[in-house]
Amino acid sequence: MQTKLTINGNEHDLEHDTRTTLLDALRNHLGLSGTKKGCDHGQCGACTILINGRRINACLTLACMHDGDEITTIEGIGTPDNLSPMQAAFVQHDGFQCGYCTPGQICSATAMLEEARMGWPSHVTDDVTSAPDLTDTEISERMSGNLCRCSAYPNIVDAIRQVSEKTT
Amino acid sequence: MRPFDYTRAQDSAEAARIAGQGATFIAGGTNLLDLMKLEVMTPDHLVDITHLDLNEITQTEAGGLRIGALVTNSDLAADMAVRRGWPLLPKALLSGATGQLRNKATTGGNLLQRTRCYYFYDPDMPCNKREPGSGCAAMGGMNRLHAILGASDACIATHPSDMAVALRALGAHVDLMAEDGSTRTLPLGDLYRLPGDTPEVETNLKPGELITHVVLPAPVHGRQIYRKVRDRASYAFALVSVAAVIDVESGVISQAKLAFGGIAPMPWRMTEIEDFLIGKAPSEDLWEEAADLLLSDARGQGSNDFKIPLARRTLAAVLNEATRGDDQ
Amino acid sequence: MTAHLKMDKPDTRNRLDHTAQGLIGAGMDRPDGKAKVTGTAAYAFEDQPEGMAHGVLVRANVAKGRLNDIDRDSVLRLPGVLAAMCGPRFLRNPAQGGANEAPVQGSEGIAYLGQPVALVVAETFEQARHAAHMLTLQIDAQEGQTDPDIAGYESPDAKQAQQGDLDRAMKDAATAIDVTYTTPSHNSAAMEPHAAIAEWDQDMLTLRGSYQMLKYNRNELADALGIDPKCVRILAPYVGGGFGSKLGIAPEAVAAALAAHELNRPVGVALTRQQVFEGTMRRSESRQRVRLAADASGKLQGIGHDAYISNLTDEVFSEPVTQATPFIYAGENRVIGHHIARVNRTCAGSVRAPGESIGVTVLENAMDELAHQTGIDPVELRLMNIPDKNPTSGLPFSSHTLAEALTTGRDRFGWDQRNPQPGSTRKGDWLIGMGMASAVRVNILSEARVRVTLMPDGTARVQTDMTDIGTGTYAILTQICAEMLGLPETDVSVSLGDTDHPPGPGSGGSWGASSVGTAAFLACEKIRRELAKKVDADEADLTLKDGMVSYANRQVRLADMIDEEIEIEGHVEPGDTSDDVTQSTYGAHFAEVAVNAVTGETRVQRMLGVFAAGRILNHKTARSQCLGGMTFGLGMALTEELMHDPRDGHIVNRDLAEYHLPVNLDVPQLDVVLLDERDAYANPLQSKGIGELGICGAAAAITNAIFNATGVRVRDYPATLDKVLAGL
Repeated sequence: MQTKLTINGNEHDLEHDTRTTLLDALRNHLGLSGTKKGCDHGQCGACTILINGRRINACLTLACMHDGDEITTIEGIGTPDNLSPMQAAFVQHDGFQCGYCTPGQICSATAMLEEARMGWPSHVTDDVTSAPDLTDTEISERMSGNLCRCSAYPNIVDAIRQVSEKTT
Repeated sequence: MRPFDYTRAQDSAEAARIAGQGATFIAGGTNLLDLMKLEVMTPDHLVDITHLDLNEITQTEAGGLRIGALVTNSDLAADMAVRRGWPLLPKALLSGATGQLRNKATTGGNLLQRTRCYYFYDPDMPCNKREPGSGCAAMGGMNRLHAILGASDACIATHPSDMAVALRALGAHVDLMAEDGSTRTLPLGDLYRLPGDTPEVETNLKPGELITHVVLPAPVHGRQIYRKVRDRASYAFALVSVAAVIDVESGVISQAKLAFGGIAPMPWRMTEIEDFLIGKAPSEDLWEEAADLLLSDARGQGSNDFKIPLARRTLAAVLNEATRGDDQ
Repeated sequence: MTAHLKMDKPDTRNRLDHTAQGLIGAGMDRPDGKAKVTGTAAYAFEDQPEGMAHGVLVRANVAKGRLNDIDRDSVLRLPGVLAAMCGPRFLRNPAQGGANEAPVQGSEGIAYLGQPVALVVAETFEQARHAAHMLTLQIDAQEGQTDPDIAGYESPDAKQAQQGDLDRAMKDAATAIDVTYTTPSHNSAAMEPHAAIAEWDQDMLTLRGSYQMLKYNRNELADALGIDPKCVRILAPYVGGGFGSKLGIAPEAVAAALAAHELNRPVGVALTRQQVFEGTMRRSESRQRVRLAADASGKLQGIGHDAYISNLTDEVFSEPVTQATPFIYAGENRVIGHHIARVNRTCAGSVRAPGESIGVTVLENAMDELAHQTGIDPVELRLMNIPDKNPTSGLPFSSHTLAEALTTGRDRFGWDQRNPQPGSTRKGDWLIGMGMASAVRVNILSEARVRVTLMPDGTARVQTDMTDIGTGTYAILTQICAEMLGLPETDVSVSLGDTDHPPGPGSGGSWGASSVGTAAFLACEKIRRELAKKVDADEADLTLKDGMVSYANRQVRLADMIDEEIEIEGHVEPGDTSDDVTQSTYGAHFAEVAVNAVTGETRVQRMLGVFAAGRILNHKTARSQCLGGMTFGLGMALTEELMHDPRDGHIVNRDLAEYHLPVNLDVPQLDVVLLDERDAYANPLQSKGIGELGICGAAAAITNAIFNATGVRVRDYPATLDKVLAGL
């Protein structure tokens, strides 16, 4: 079947199997391999991308369900010559080692700050009617959908906290 | 994943009609695609309902809320009316899955997610739920995640939802639309079936029937607590969870709504416990008796035996917390 | 030209303390960082060649048996399917680290449930995945043996050791501890699933793969395929984590190569996460009996450590659980036992810090039990038992930093706030406790070659087949070469992970940075000598900084001194310093936990690791390695366990939802201190391995803290809430 996908502002006409997930469309069909496959079952977060500004697992959605959506992948967040503040903070704080979960972490963190800005509570928010401060614990809980086996977690929290403080 | 046809439905009636011909609904897809990749689920036709007009949260005349089946778990947890009136629900929602999954998963889909039994997930293993009559590998195998209540000789799987546990405690109903466009409403507890001899049949939905809304009754007085006990601090399924709405007036319990997750094939609620608590003064002995009511039929399977004492202790702790303090 | 060193004598020159660029030790950002944060770093399954077909492996669904055939017709009629294969060259399991030859081959013999025995190839991934599900295997199942305790244990003579009379020491001891602990199977669970893309050009095979030790992998792959290693090129410029699971060539590589050859087009095979769990190396489960005999003052008179582990038949690897036991603590009477069961379970191999990861952990639990029984402070107990020479071999230590790590950690962590009485600190529903453990990991130098080329424009190029699996190889090679050649780091480019480059040591055993770094150092040193010759100066009198060369009151631009490339291959081999002294790295872990008195849930609230590993080449990347090791330890302590089905041994929780790696919220803001150390016996850099030290003993600090919090001693890892609850 055919689907028109808008990725990082560019339109792509994709001829594909109904079974093709958005993740496989990116990696196997469109050459956008910055989005990683770590588990293919929504259990690791390496494939995190943004759909209309919201973070999702690209492995658990079909490409054919996304025509008309604004898709942002790591390639649309920044480039080596023009890093986003989050990407720069990850480099500065060594928020990764092997780097495989990193695009997903950065997409997730980027969208997560927006969720926090909108006042969304989290599991560790004591009073769900409040708009919580983004403490380290809040950052950690909100980033717990992105596994990192190298365990750069403390550095990831440092990087996100820095970006959060600069933008608020 | 087996090949399938894909149709995007434009309205609920069309969706129900196509599904009535054997198609399977897909909305968030976070569990369905997960299972399709493993060929645990093998639909030959998917009907995409994400473009239906079912993503609003509105007030009901009764002072409750009517939640569209396509409202994402994130949006439901972030909704200020929900947070103020039914804080139990966001607490449960936010204890489940991850930010990414909650952005995709929908209210209706969350209710219909399948068990996380390891053997259900492995098509090379016997599983009466996946392949009726093949046996249950979890019995005599690993069953840390499995049920201590409501199970049968055919199946000991648990329902993994947190949201459904909160909804059950809050007395939610589900609105359904059938293939012919007719509608009906079920109490959430009546949506689910216990496994018995047919663990492959998990709900009382008719073929093609679509969950269109979840309806919450008006807020009730009381402290609302969702306590989830699990193997990681985050991103793990419940071993035991307790949803509670408890109020105390003049030193006795005046309101008690309780539901349990992680221990049964469906979000578990026993109104006997609630009736027992009403009118009594909080005490450790009372909690023990309440736990006795809950667990009198509980049966462990080996690696989940610990859930029996854990459920007892967690219930007591929640009841303590719910009745503690001077603001009751 | 070559610059060669066999490490026979300590190198006390400390060259890197006398160079001018100022990059060594600094927390330089990784030069590969920008590529990684932008998704432009290409891992194994990326840069897919035009026309690549997708292969998906198919598992055996019995624990033991014989695969007679596969029903090719059942899948060849499906759309897009190109081939269905099995055969004598398929690998039973990945090669062990450094095997240098193919592991057991042949899809006919099924040795564990989950063994990849066939491959289905199709035009697209979707077609191949479905066809793999549809492939019918013709299997004769046989009776397997999947329970190590029922299978029984071999006790090879070469792996048993005894000195003195431990039984006597135990009888005479003022305090004797005799405890048995178990640890479960673990999986490395690197975030990048194993993958390979094979492409043939005539007789030449190019394989993009996710492997850690390319010089061995090339020979292993060639051996598996029955071709000349010269016909194999492996590329692995970026590896998405390894932790031992990618040490050896693995089934997907051989299957991809076979399929690409048969189909005459590129074929890619990536493991699913489930296949990673059941088809790559597990760390063996272990049962460990530890005996400690202490005199009235707490001094150890005897140590016994018996380990019971398992593996498949015909695997020489067996988890070296007791590797550090011969030398970590004093005590004249000593028994080391090592016992292996042969079972039909997923192959056991290296997982981060094989041996010490679980062996030191259990030994450190036993030490905590001794401390508790004797009433001696756990830190003091360790301090008083540090030997002044290797108590087993009698060899001197190259350096010894355990005491400094212990005392530094004790002071920094606030250990004096710990109440030694278990279960005595409570905040609401939470019981609070502190625990500690020593860390120790042997240090190894491995043969390595690196080519360094000083270009006429004054920049340098560094090439080796060494990998960077997240360890920081790109960073430290950049730093060493920039430092030695007096260049800004941006003027050094490092190319890794290509078997066309000189063979490095591979990433494993924590030897990477020191070994490959030394080879680079040697090459640079020779380049400096060549430069000195040009100006008729002594190499030691040259000062190289920021692209300028200074000597005898003169200064010239480096680029002006050279008109053609100076290319040197540095080559280091281990020598007598590996045998004449005992080389090890040391550290100390401190943890504070909160245990829920109602549910038994444990949360690590604070954790400190103090580590010494010779010269720290890059404080930023070295610290990250320690964070990773400590978190592995946290997972080992609390959540990680491969559950084997009691009937067929298969790994039941074969995904990341149910094999519980720590998530972000499980891990507090860990504190790491790196002690300043130089070890002249290690290598000319005076550096030692840091990649695995952080896991060794870490879990014990946490479970010892659980005991201090609750009085519950969980001797069956991991300390999940049900086990804690049973004692509350």
